[in-house]
Amino acid sequence: MALAAAVRRGMQAQLWGGLLQSQLRGLASSAQLQQSAAAAAAAAEASPAAASPAGPPEAAGRTVKMNLCAAVNDALHIAMAEDSRTLCFGEDVGFGGVFMCSRGLQERFGRDRVFNTPLSEQGIVGFAIGAAAEGFRPVAEIQFADYIFPAFDQITNEAAKYRYRSGAAYNVGGLTIRAPYGAVGHGGHYHSQSPEAFFTHIPGVKVVMPSGPREAKGLLLASIREPDPVIFFEAKMLYRTAVEEVPEGDYEIPLGQARTVQQGSDITLVGWGQQVRVLELAAKEVQDQDKISCEILDLRTLLPWDADAVEASVRKTGRLLVSHEAPITSGFGAEVVSTIADRCFWSLEAPPARVCGYDTPFPLVFEPLYLPTARRVAEAIRRTVTAT
Amino acid sequence: MLARCAAALRGRTAGSLPAAARGLAASAGAAGGEQPPAAAPTSQPSSSQEDRMDFPGGSVPFTAGMDWHGGAFAPRAPLPCYRTIDAAGREVPDAAIPHPLPRETAVRMYETMVRLQTVDVLFYEAQRQGRFSFYMTSSGEEATAIGSAAALHPDDVVFSQYREQGVIMYRGFSIQNMAHQCFGNMHEQGKGRQMPIHYGSRELNFHTISSPLATQLPHAVGAAYAMKLEQRGTVAAAYFGEGAASEGDFHAALNFAATLGAPVIFVCRNNGWAISTPASDQYRGDGIAGRGPAYGIATLRVDGGDTRAVYNATAEARRIALEQQAPVLLEAMSYRSGHHSTSDDSSRYRAAEEMRAWRARDPVSRFQRWLVDQGWWDDAADTAARQAARREVIQALEAAQRAPKPPLSTMFEDVYARMPPHLEAQRAEVLAHVAAHPDACPADIPVK
Repeated sequence: MALAAAVRRGMQAQLWGGLLQSQLRGLASSAQLQQSAAAAAAAAEASPAAASPAGPPEAAGRTVKMNLCAAVNDALHIAMAEDSRTLCFGEDVGFGGVFMCSRGLQERFGRDRVFNTPLSEQGIVGFAIGAAAEGFRPVAEIQFADYIFPAFDQITNEAAKYRYRSGAAYNVGGLTIRAPYGAVGHGGHYHSQSPEAFFTHIPGVKVVMPSGPREAKGLLLASIREPDPVIFFEAKMLYRTAVEEVPEGDYEIPLGQARTVQQGSDITLVGWGQQVRVLELAAKEVQDQDKISCEILDLRTLLPWDADAVEASVRKTGRLLVSHEAPITSGFGAEVVSTIADRCFWSLEAPPARVCGYDTPFPLVFEPLYLPTARRVAEAIRRTVTAT
Repeated sequence: MLARCAAALRGRTAGSLPAAARGLAASAGAAGGEQPPAAAPTSQPSSSQEDRMDFPGGSVPFTAGMDWHGGAFAPRAPLPCYRTIDAAGREVPDAAIPHPLPRETAVRMYETMVRLQTVDVLFYEAQRQGRFSFYMTSSGEEATAIGSAAALHPDDVVFSQYREQGVIMYRGFSIQNMAHQCFGNMHEQGKGRQMPIHYGSRELNFHTISSPLATQLPHAVGAAYAMKLEQRGTVAAAYFGEGAASEGDFHAALNFAATLGAPVIFVCRNNGWAISTPASDQYRGDGIAGRGPAYGIATLRVDGGDTRAVYNATAEARRIALEQQAPVLLEAMSYRSGHHSTSDDSSRYRAAEEMRAWRARDPVSRFQRWLVDQGWWDDAADTAARQAARREVIQALEAAQRAPKPPLSTMFEDVYARMPPHLEAQRAEVLAHVAAHPDACPADIPVK
């Protein structure tokens, strides 16, 4: 809906204030880091939590360099081509979407399957639920995650309970709701929010947040094929800025399994979506400056989340830090910390730490100080590691 | 006070409705639009029950015929579009002018349009130069904003979307204040927290803009209801686009306004495009105006490019809303001549020919020609007004860019009336962080 149609072009150019700017500058190296870490992890036959049963993406063969937007678009093309009951719709989706994630779909698959809807989020999700309940696979786009709330009733009271309330006579497993989320440098209150925690409080939906292009493609294909409704939050700041090698063709990354971004021994850092890249920068900083070895886990799926993988890592490192952009109070970090405190209490060598957004609405000019920056994360890592 | 309002309403409607209907009709707010079915209390069967069905929500005649309405069946002719000045700026003969424009008002309206156009051009350029992050123009819709704003009373309360900067300008919001807001500096009312173009002013009775669409419409109805109970003699004016009218809040607002008899003027700017989505993908039926009578709301479609028509429509809407304590719906037909925003490139999805055709009907030129014909305006005045506006805008942008941002600690203010302990702790945490790492704070944000 709304105003900042697409931070699309603006995204590349303008006003990356303060620390955000340095985070972005770090993204290229961060992507390389991620790749080499993943390769190292594969070579070392990392912990079971790290590898997906479908095999690492490298197994799919050839790769193509693409950004997160292109990876989402690629997944949508594959899903649309494989099943004529797959639909893509939402506000401005017809011409390609304000971020161009649905580019080329209408030309290829026609206006019956790829179309603009009237401007109503509750309408988009309610309509998608009906189509899903009759056997279709609707991929519904909410233009910005900040605008998903008119659809909250449809998600929490309808999509999430469709199977349960009918005794499994009906379900809306074909439903996938895509929405761009997160800080982007100049989005203010209504083009920056990370609303994932509202949705992790809803039994019956799954919540997925990819951290990069390769993750996005594999997780989106899995989400579309998942027999339960999925809310898929895409980091809009990464649409253009995150570029990496993505496997060609079809592959899935299973939901509910975390990814070990890098192995380490002193502390476990847990994040999801674009915050994973901030954790990588922080880990590099404390490695270089303080010789602190960080293990980084990308949760990928928040509901259901891979508590086993986090537990295994924290048993090894003895320390935990969770970080997200959303306000700290009742954020998903609280869930991770409490579960790990319960499971790993006797293995913990320091109190688990959370580095998150503050408990204010997302403030435009203060964004560089509102965000859980790499520097704030690095400070918390040092505090946690030296606490013992 | 409540009882007095109700009594006044009953007095108004009783004469036109069957006696049995009085009780419920008092709340129906049947203001000049399609009369809702007359209601009858269920305990008192109507004397005409043989040929009518009475039910709690009204009374309808029976028919033995099967007469479908709407859709492909007997489509209704579109509501006509009221105008007083044609596309070339000439007087439309015999146009209804219940509220003739005084010369002084007309000139002030045009001067505000010139300032609005100048702001739009130069702020847009400033954004393209990276001086601030975002901008939206109202090109093509100046007449709707200024024509309606001039017909409102300063005490009327405005609930705007995000493309009606002309309204707040006409009310007295300075170009300097607009520049302060776009730069998010320390002089800005909103303390730098919102994206550019989210203006607001308590003094000017203009509620602060928020980005989500149509959310302001039910607010306007609640505000209008409060005015009614206090007998303020004012109205609420709610602005929105035809895209926003697809939101659920639009329906809620119109239905609440009609049932609760709220003196609110809904001003829809039907500019044809919601970002890339044409109005043809947005609705079927007769636009937004076509819905008004179905809600029991007095409705008028008006040429949104005709400043005098919008002024007259709004002035008359205001008279109706106040006299009848009921809502009114205006649909101003116009065209978004610019891109959706600085983040958009509309050449990707709409035809150049369409844009050229609409720009040829530029509402500001139309009004200017009419003013010249009245002998109220000339080229020299125009040149002077445009030069003055240009100087003012350039100075305002420079001053706003020089001003520091609000102090860091204000980030935690106004979340609540009184800052709770957890926010005090977080504020201390940020200040300590910046004290340890001064470069973490952008240079233009004072650390205090």
